[in-house]
Amino acid sequence: MVKEIERAGIPVVHICTVTPISMTVGANRIVPAIAIPHPLGNPAMKPEEEKALRRKIVEKALKALETEVSGQTIFKD
Amino acid sequence: MKLELGKIFIKDIRFAEKTALQDGVLSVSKDDLREVALSEEKIKTVSFDIAKPGESVRITPVKDVIEPRVKVEGRGGVFPGVISGVDTVGSGKTYCLKGMAVVTAGPIVGFQEGVIDMSGPGADYTPFSKTLNLVVLCEPKEGTEAHDYERAVRMVGLKIATHLAELSKELSPDESQTYETLDLLEGMKAYPDLPRVAYVQMLQSQGLLHDTYVYGVDAKKILPTILYPTEDMDGAILSGNCVSACDKNPTYVHENNPVIEELFKQHGKTINFVAHVITNENVYLADKERSSNQTAKLCKMLHLDGVVVSEEGFGNPDTDLIMNCKKIEAEGIKTVLITDEYAGRDGKSQSLADADKAADALVTAGNANQVVVLPKLDKLIGTLDYITKIAGANADTLREDGSLEVELQVITGATSEVGFNKLSAR
Amino acid sequence: MAKIKVVHYINQFFAQVGGEEQADYPIEIRKGEHLGPGLAFQQAFGDEAEIVATIICGDGFFSEHIDDAKAKLLEMVKGEKPDIFIAGPAFNAGRYGFACATAAMAVQEELHIPVLTGMYIENPGVEMAKDKVYIVSTKNSAAGMRDAVKKMAPLALKLAKGEKIGASVEEGYIPQGQRVNFFEKERGAERAVKMLLAKLNGKPFTTEYPMPSFDRVEPNPAVKDMAHATVALVTSGGIVPKGNPDHIESSNASKYGEYDITGVNDLTADTYETAHGGYDPSYANQDADRVLPVDVLRDLEKEHVIGKLYNKFYTTVGNGTAVASAKAFAEEIGKKLKEDHVDAVILTST
Repeated sequence: MVKEIERAGIPVVHICTVTPISMTVGANRIVPAIAIPHPLGNPAMKPEEEKALRRKIVEKALKALETEVSGQTIFKD
Repeated sequence: MKLELGKIFIKDIRFAEKTALQDGVLSVSKDDLREVALSEEKIKTVSFDIAKPGESVRITPVKDVIEPRVKVEGRGGVFPGVISGVDTVGSGKTYCLKGMAVVTAGPIVGFQEGVIDMSGPGADYTPFSKTLNLVVLCEPKEGTEAHDYERAVRMVGLKIATHLAELSKELSPDESQTYETLDLLEGMKAYPDLPRVAYVQMLQSQGLLHDTYVYGVDAKKILPTILYPTEDMDGAILSGNCVSACDKNPTYVHENNPVIEELFKQHGKTINFVAHVITNENVYLADKERSSNQTAKLCKMLHLDGVVVSEEGFGNPDTDLIMNCKKIEAEGIKTVLITDEYAGRDGKSQSLADADKAADALVTAGNANQVVVLPKLDKLIGTLDYITKIAGANADTLREDGSLEVELQVITGATSEVGFNKLSAR
Repeated sequence: MAKIKVVHYINQFFAQVGGEEQADYPIEIRKGEHLGPGLAFQQAFGDEAEIVATIICGDGFFSEHIDDAKAKLLEMVKGEKPDIFIAGPAFNAGRYGFACATAAMAVQEELHIPVLTGMYIENPGVEMAKDKVYIVSTKNSAAGMRDAVKKMAPLALKLAKGEKIGASVEEGYIPQGQRVNFFEKERGAERAVKMLLAKLNGKPFTTEYPMPSFDRVEPNPAVKDMAHATVALVTSGGIVPKGNPDHIESSNASKYGEYDITGVNDLTADTYETAHGGYDPSYANQDADRVLPVDVLRDLEKEHVIGKLYNKFYTTVGNGTAVASAKAFAEEIGKKLKEDHVDAVILTST
């Protein structure tokens, strides 16, 4: 899916847990997520901590969108 | 480690006043089994039915299929850590009731659970159209949480299977087969010239209805480890999963793991079957990396020449499969992979979520997206209330004439990735 | 049942008109004749089928007068009303392969008559036509004629009768980029162990699924001014309004959802859930922001970190969903987002 959106001419960031699949399917901007059933959350945390964690990932995704890349890039910390 | 497996062939199952096993005929008392089932406190009601090969019967939603087995000699008991104590199993003597299965069914938990047809086109795809099935239908008490309900049904199935298998303890088996794996050093001495081969089994461990248990431990919490291949035959591994029922391994398939059987057939002749390595398929990337690292390391430690790797499920576990393959091949160990495909209804899409050139030897159990029409059958055990929601179905699944238009996905065991069936694709 | 009628196409060489010097031999039809490989086909068909005409054309003529040759060929075939059209086999002859592929595709497309040809896997005609017509895999020279006819004749009869065609490995045709299920003689575990034995002993083996190659798309330029950018959310994690109003399937989804989130600041257990059947849904059902971070993006919108959150989100279920479907959904979604001047997309997957 991510490739087709990129092809439409819109920069796209893929937030996903299994980054190797994201690499295989051809995403260019990749941000690692937490876990498959809760990519942007962690049920073990308190709600406010969890939201802070989610914000961190989203901010990283926005940063990725603001970064020029020449090929497939995984944005780790 | 050496295990003698005694087979008692079941010719018929019938309901009776008293539960008994005589001359291959299994008589079951509903009252007796009800007592066993209701010992699980989350279960409100239970009912029983019998489905035989060739009958016009559909069973759904199916959760697990179990072959009754009992330990008659040696250490431990069947389903260690769950039904029996946690003793190490896989040695001594075990009896199994062949030709039959305990099938658990009941209202759905999530997106569910499979279909078994005893006749018609659907019967060609499921291995469990060929067994005499004692179906156990469980209803949970109101307000039971999904994970608790799943567990309760799982326990009911195992308890009933064990209860029935106990009946065979004093009988003499119709047929016996002995399986033996030598310790590492002895094995090396016994077969110095044969290639050293292991079976790497990936266990589904993604969460609710995607779980597998090893000696009672949730497989998502294990590090990859080594078993003697006979441990599986005593129920060391059992199923808590059935979503997209086609490629999840019911407990029956673990007990009768075909890769283990085929490797034993070659053992001492063309290969030295060294060990059964188990690993998981977790939802965290770090887990995937860790488990595949450990698996490759174990293969190296065992000084293997080759492995058969089987996947369980599809999608993100395809990545675990490819990671295992790449890392094991990188150790100079040859791999053959078994998987199934999700190539779309038209078969034109890419079959796996991940790929790598190291995966050059792959056996496929077929395209699970293939559409089949299952005609209306005379009798339904269970309910069709959820049929449009199960994985592989859609809102139009139930057609006006009562037939079902579904993907193979819904059929229990249809695209078994441990290679239980003959279905394939090109 | 009446005999199946076959029209056979061959080149000047197999018609024994001549070699390269006769390559410009114009297209002609010989009614009631079977010649060259046609003799072997006729023998294989026995009483079941009859070659009612043979069309002959020089390979040079066909490729140099392609439109003319094609038109004449269609006219000739149409006149015979055959049940099946067979071209070649062309083995590894490039121009002959091109002619067979072109002729077969034209007859199938224009006249809706079943067609069959045969070629060596490296013949350029294979790449042209293998996804559209059945091409039996042959050896690379005419020495493989017997073998080719043995595979082509039964498949031709099946096609003519409209019978179900099995998988490529059963029928002997070149795979068409389409996976077809069939029952093997041995179970999967046995095949795997045999394949491993071959691999260990350095003997040849054939994988049942060759690894695909993946295409790539160039990354788009980065977003210059995030504080004024419109950001859209897309997910394959199956987040839908509670009750799954559009009945998106839990696996191999046939559709995607488009839902308005104007005024929605937080996804709650009462309002949203997941339709995805591939993971434990309890966490997403408790709080769908864990998959689709609407809450955080609303905060960022208020703080002017982003210009605005696009007022709709797009969702489908990635579980067991065919790549082709996902691709089609994303093409539509991408187009809509582009038309609505969305500047950036965050796509989340489970």
